Amino acid sequence: MRIDCKHVWEHISAYIENDVDPQLRAEIDRHLETCEICSAVLDSTRNVVILVADDRVFELPTGFSERLHARIDKELEEPTDPNP
Amino acid sequence: MTQPNPEFEAECIRRILAGEKHLFHDLIRPCERSIYFLLYSLLKNETEAEDVAQETVIKVYQNLGKFRGDSQFRTWVLSIARNEGLGRLRKISSRREDSLDAETDEQTGDYTPAILTSWREIPAEVLEQKELGKLLRQAIAGLPEIYRNIVLLRDIEELDIRETAAALGISEASVKVRLHRARALLQRNLAPQLKGFAPAKRRWFGGRK
Repeated sequence: MRIDCKHVWEHISAYIENDVDPQLRAEIDRHLETCEICSAVLDSTRNVVILVADDRVFELPTGFSERLHARIDKELEEPTDPNP
Repeated sequence: MTQPNPEFEAECIRRILAGEKHLFHDLIRPCERSIYFLLYSLLKNETEAEDVAQETVIKVYQNLGKFRGDSQFRTWVLSIARNEGLGRLRKISSRREDSLDAETDEQTGDYTPAILTSWREIPAEVLEQKELGKLLRQAIAGLPEIYRNIVLLRDIEELDIRETAAALGISEASVKVRLHRARALLQRNLAPQLKGFAPAKRRWFGGRK
């Protein structure tokens, strides 16, 4: 069976996740070998996923961790144990 | 993201409950980023997200004895964060009426990706550019709520599908559908803009495996 571009796009995310069954994967791979457009869509989608995952894109606010642990210290000083 | 370590967590919890309270710092540290970004995706405000993150962590500490270990520790923590975040949202009464679940993901509307055959791979050095980070953050901030949560947890904090579903209280199938749509929206929005970041010098990463 030959699948068309639209069919490939519907499965791009699952394909990246490695979450398509082997038969569909093989069909998509076969399509990608000859379809420049779908290859570009796949690569750019995967690149977006890679970029978004980069720690430099989403940084915690400056001092977040210090303030959080200071707050924890305050709580730990309370005489009550967890789950009294 | 720090990978969860259930043995370490179980041992930590046991010792904290037995009185070594200071270990709570080490227990919660690997979850900090995920807590913050989940809350940021809900509240869209740094100050609110940080404030609720602190409340979440205190709540986790106070309820530590209730953690039964039938889910991952981080999943449990994130579901507490989510509840706290939703509580805060309800308090912010100016919040518009439509509920978080109002937007359905059942729609199957046609989706056409940005088609760019001339831009295929991202050179590593573009990540150094501040404008790129801004572009990505704006694109994610512009996603509808139900997609933004998913991207934050799955693609930024790299939780797996099961964990993302548990943290958000939705099915794994919903996570997959939303993830697909979110990535499609991001690709369509970002790919044309990212193209401008490709420099002359070639040092690629991220090509098709």
